[in-house]
Amino acid sequence: MALNYTKKTIDHFRHPKNIGSIKDPDGLGEVGNMVCGDQLSFFLKVEKGKIKDVKFLSFGCASNIATASVMTERIKGMTVEEAKNFKWAEIVEDLGGLPQQKIHCSVMAVEGLKKAIADYEARQTRASASKSPAKKKTLKKVASAKFKSGRKK
Amino acid sequence: MKVYLDNAATTPLDERVFLEMKPYFFKGFANASAIHYLGQKNNLELEAAREKAARLLGVEARGLVFTSGASEANNLILRGVMAANSDKGKHLIVSAIEHPCVYQVAKNLKAEGYEVDFAPVQSDGRIDLAALKKLLKPTTVLVSAMAVNNEIGTIQDLKAIATLAHARGAYFHSDIVQAVPWLKLDLEKSGVDLASLSAHKFYGPKGVGLAYIKQGIKIKPLIAGGEQENGLRAGTYNLPGIIGLASALELAYRDRTKTIGGIKALRDYLWQKIKKEIPKVKLNGSLAQRTPNNLNVMFHSIEGEAILIDLSLKGICVSTGSACSAHNLKTSYVLQALGLSLNDLNSNIRFSLGKHNTKAEIDYTVKCLKETVKRLRSFSPIK
Repeated sequence: MALNYTKKTIDHFRHPKNIGSIKDPDGLGEVGNMVCGDQLSFFLKVEKGKIKDVKFLSFGCASNIATASVMTERIKGMTVEEAKNFKWAEIVEDLGGLPQQKIHCSVMAVEGLKKAIADYEARQTRASASKSPAKKKTLKKVASAKFKSGRKK
Repeated sequence: MKVYLDNAATTPLDERVFLEMKPYFFKGFANASAIHYLGQKNNLELEAAREKAARLLGVEARGLVFTSGASEANNLILRGVMAANSDKGKHLIVSAIEHPCVYQVAKNLKAEGYEVDFAPVQSDGRIDLAALKKLLKPTTVLVSAMAVNNEIGTIQDLKAIATLAHARGAYFHSDIVQAVPWLKLDLEKSGVDLASLSAHKFYGPKGVGLAYIKQGIKIKPLIAGGEQENGLRAGTYNLPGIIGLASALELAYRDRTKTIGGIKALRDYLWQKIKKEIPKVKLNGSLAQRTPNNLNVMFHSIEGEAILIDLSLKGICVSTGSACSAHNLKTSYVLQALGLSLNDLNSNIRFSLGKHNTKAEIDYTVKCLKETVKRLRSFSPIK
């Protein structure tokens, strides 16, 4: 099996960027499972529609770690809309190519990002819905507090 | 420091073996099937090598067929014996932890209409003999079970399996590629009717192996088009390779006691040190019923290939039979057969030691392994 990682992939594997988790994230995306053997968790902090911070945790192979690392570097500072359109091929290109059987790692990283964004948007919707008078008071309080802290931090 | 702990994948050629082979690349190049004096001289050398290998394996020389390696030998035996014995039946049993060159052939035969069963193993990696007994039937032609597993090094009770197979009139085949020199092989006495071997696993050359087929067993060749090997394997004799195989086998058993003593001490030292210095680790397979060169360890909450690459960047060569490292992204069916939980299937590393390893190398390996495991665990989502 040919498994020649580029120098950049190896660098990102050895020294991954944006590694770790974020307490009280605005969006959380978890992908993968133990059957396929890879797992990624992405944590987003969003401010004024822009991705202010992103971090990730990985249970995966070298390219799983490297693809997530490179992606977080790329999407930090993007608007949520821009990040939604981020393509896995950009990761592959950025790393100078990936072995064929490892392309799925980049696909999985993007899938995780989209899940985190979807989670962020769902929270936004819930928060604004709970602002409407029809909702119960208690829910409204909690949700809007979350919403505020997300926006102002 | 460079450390090679992947000796179950392949070993370097022993220089003494190379010196034995060398003349047959040059002056002794003649085709061993040729009638002229150069060919006939080589034919004698070929037959002497066959005699030597047969003596070391405890079989008759005329039962040996030289091949390109154990993969070819396994293909030849499974396909050849099943095809030539259809009068008895179409049932084949292979163990659930066979090497892909047996496992996949069995699956292919199943797709082609043969009846195939996979004999389960216990959690220690040994074949469940009671379950095997139940699978056997009058139409069973062949039972195939490897002597030593390539991933976890567990040793099977060849005699017990042979007895069960013979009781039902089935032949017993064993892939013995990982058994040299750890097991004293006396194949005929152990009831092994067919066997497969590769030279490069014991400091011999790559590209040469053998199939043992007991006299009287009907078998159909895979490669036709020449009368070599009594018509069972066409193709010009790989004389340097065959000489190398016999020489490596002889040296492996001559140095056996010394090799085993040294390697076992280092392997046990490696395991003790890993257990002591790294938390949340587990040994896969039985420690007692295992060859002295093998250690297969589960490192909880991190992925095997990440460990492998990180160690590789530090000069250490190990392997993982599991996880995404393979083309098909499937986890190890060997470890699955042992009953490992899904959470643990992708976290395993095989260390396979050889006669050139030193204590300093083991110390360096554990030092690096400790750092690697700590680093990867620091950002694992699994606790």
